[in-house]
Amino acid sequence: METKNVMIVGVGGQGSLLASKLLGKLLLDEGYDVKVSEVHGMSQRGGSVVTYVRFGDKVYSPVIDKGQADYIVSFELLEAARWLPYLKKDGQVVTNIQQIDPMPVITGAMEYPKDLVDKMKALGAKVDALDCLALAEQAGSAKAVNIVLMGRLSHYFDIPKDAWMKAMEQIVPAKFLEMNKKAFELGEKA
Amino acid sequence: MKELMLGNKAFARGLYEAGCSFVSSYPGTPSTEVTEEAAKYDEIYCEWAPNEKVAMEAAFGASLAGRRSFCGMKHVGLNVAADPLYTMSYTGVNGGVVICVADDAGMHSSQNEQDSRHHAIASKVPMLEPSDSAEALTFAKLAYEISEEYDTPVIMKMCTRVAHSQSVVETSERVLPERKAYEKNIPKYVMMPGNAIRRHPFVEDRMARLAAWAEKSEINRVESAAGSGKSPSGRKVGIITSSTSYQYVKEVFGNTVSVLKLGMVNPLPRDLILSFAKDNEVLIVVEELDPIIETHCKSLGLSVHGKDLLPICGEFSQNLIRECLASFVWGQSHEADRELTVSDQIPMRPPVMCAGCPHRGLFYTLSKQKCTVLGDIGCYTLGAVAPLSAIDMTLCMGASVSAIHGFNVASKEDEDKRVVAVIGDSTFMHSGMTGLANIAYNQSDSTVIILDNSITGMTGHQQNPTTGYNIKGDPAGKIDLEALCRSMGFERVRVVDPYDLKACEEAVKEEVAAKEPSVIISRRPCALLKYVKHNPPLTVNKDKCVGCKSCMKIGCPAISMKDGKAHIDTTLCVGCGVCQQLCPVGALEGCKKEEG
Ligand SMILES: Cc1ncc(C[n+]2csc(CCOP(=O)(O)OP(=O)(O)O)c2C)c(N)n1
Ligand code: SF4
Repeated sequence: METKNVMIVGVGGQGSLLASKLLGKLLLDEGYDVKVSEVHGMSQRGGSVVTYVRFGDKVYSPVIDKGQADYIVSFELLEAARWLPYLKKDGQVVTNIQQIDPMPVITGAMEYPKDLVDKMKALGAKVDALDCLALAEQAGSAKAVNIVLMGRLSHYFDIPKDAWMKAMEQIVPAKFLEMNKKAFELGEKA
Repeated sequence: MKELMLGNKAFARGLYEAGCSFVSSYPGTPSTEVTEEAAKYDEIYCEWAPNEKVAMEAAFGASLAGRRSFCGMKHVGLNVAADPLYTMSYTGVNGGVVICVADDAGMHSSQNEQDSRHHAIASKVPMLEPSDSAEALTFAKLAYEISEEYDTPVIMKMCTRVAHSQSVVETSERVLPERKAYEKNIPKYVMMPGNAIRRHPFVEDRMARLAAWAEKSEINRVESAAGSGKSPSGRKVGIITSSTSYQYVKEVFGNTVSVLKLGMVNPLPRDLILSFAKDNEVLIVVEELDPIIETHCKSLGLSVHGKDLLPICGEFSQNLIRECLASFVWGQSHEADRELTVSDQIPMRPPVMCAGCPHRGLFYTLSKQKCTVLGDIGCYTLGAVAPLSAIDMTLCMGASVSAIHGFNVASKEDEDKRVVAVIGDSTFMHSGMTGLANIAYNQSDSTVIILDNSITGMTGHQQNPTTGYNIKGDPAGKIDLEALCRSMGFERVRVVDPYDLKACEEAVKEEVAAKEPSVIISRRPCALLKYVKHNPPLTVNKDKCVGCKSCMKIGCPAISMKDGKAHIDTTLCVGCGVCQQLCPVGALEGCKKEEG
């Protein structure tokens, strides 16, 4: 199989680590070669963060380049637009519609761009936008945004739900498992 | 067992399996996790040292005592540890010594982009370079064998993409070699001229023997092109590469080219490269940063491409390799796909000091006092960012304290100069103390501010000698900063709470004006530490707020303006109360200012 590329983007501290861990585990269990790559360091201080997940028969490069992402999973709307140049033709964006103002917006130097979902669609990108924060809260915790997004992503993957659940059981602490399963389902059905 | 593992964790696993039993390191992105992961194994003694030189010398001591030891650092850390390294090359080792140095092409979190291979060449120490997690694990084990067989420290060069990528590894059991007896050996271990003169030829001979090893080792391997071996351009193309560059080359060209993949980058093989050259019509060296393999090839009389096609600055990627090399390999240039880009300007999202960061209040004061601030490296370097813009210089760890002395001596006649040095607690322990000794000794009326947030924040919260805890989080020795400064002869040593703007201003004004050396310790723990109890978020009294933006001057990510009034993001605000002290009308309400 040709290598598939998933980018997980968001703002430092939003919990993308758990999402990439879940994906990594799932894909490895499905028998793929997998590489997961992220940059630590400065990004922890509220900066823009990106994780690359690649899988296939044999994966070489640990990173995804412009025009190569089959999926961009975004925790925040502006970040989806920022990384859009990385989307492949026919690639799929799955994004949370939550907005977190970056410093230039906070200081008033710039504006948070409006109608980003429509603008991305107008460019021909396939965009699946949902209010993950509301769904996560409905599941029981605002922190479950990452799992809501994974539930949504599972739509586009040819991997049985059982396998997702099995991977989740191995990644998520037992006491949060039920809540996260609910979050996954809310995302999946949204 | 097969599992997905971070490059740095796989390195730590390799240390464990190889029976390493002593680790001393200083944190630095992207090297830190090797040591943090090693510390999770009870069988390995692990510690954070105050700096890289101390770490390397401690590892040397453990080696003398007969144990396999390790020290880890980022690329610039090796500058600090260069002194022991260059002479450890002469003494050699008893128990094996492996050194991790992690380069940061692209400068994701570093102040420069130096290429560590120069240190390996100059110190005449072998250097291995893994290209993924599996190699990080196996090379770590191999490094110990080389170290003991060839009587040398061995450097493992990581880079951001190998260190911080997870790929599949297979683990095995730990094998603990028997501790080697320590035997007194003055000619080998006492490097005074008479002995060192005899050791230098040993070093040269060792490198020659290692070069011979490099000819045959399986970590330097040729992957031949498929079929006729001709690339689509009709020529036989051979690419010499290593590390993450190898991955990009394989990603783009697969087996349409032949690849010489080097796992050892110092010393480099000769015959292996010459025979690879003979088998190919076009030779390209693909290496990030400096043209080291390329220069070696040229010294063998080969005509190779390298930095004529590829950049020296920044890191590589598959697109970059494709764009730079496609016409050579494919005989035609590569058309990049059209990128989807929204027409709006996307605001940058740069890293900022956290809401409630104790550094903020102090930097607000320095900015208000229009101080010239000689800075250092840590979270507080973000004090250089607008709107605070409160740092004038950042060079390397410790430079603030040394440079303020020179600055003040050289500008003695400037009457109302307001100059301070700022340095974090970890950085002060690393290399600020010696600069402070210079101020105490040569007596310039310099003011040094130690930003004591009780942790090494920037690199992900490691303990240090001032925090009272060790790498495992257990209670440890704790250096008393006030007593330390006083013992050096500083009479003016005072502590302020950076959440208290009035106290900060008073302290800065008085100490800068004082005609003698002084130290201010700005003390409050990092806002992200688990034991720190925060106040509830503030609220804005919209009736009182006049929209003057005074509270915006501190650059707190939790404060913004909405409809002409201040707005507080309650998910970020930790109620530190610094902004409250700036509001002229008392519109920010909620928290009682904590006592103490
Ligand atoms: C020689 C060297 N070693 C390591 C680093 C990586 N590094 C950058 S800042 C820092 C420590 C910062 O800690 P501290 O001084 O306590 O400031 P804080 O980040 O907590 O504000 C380290 C280890 C470096 N830049 N240079
Ligand atoms: S991690 Fe701590 S020291 Fe660093 S910016 Fe955040 S609060 Fe400040």
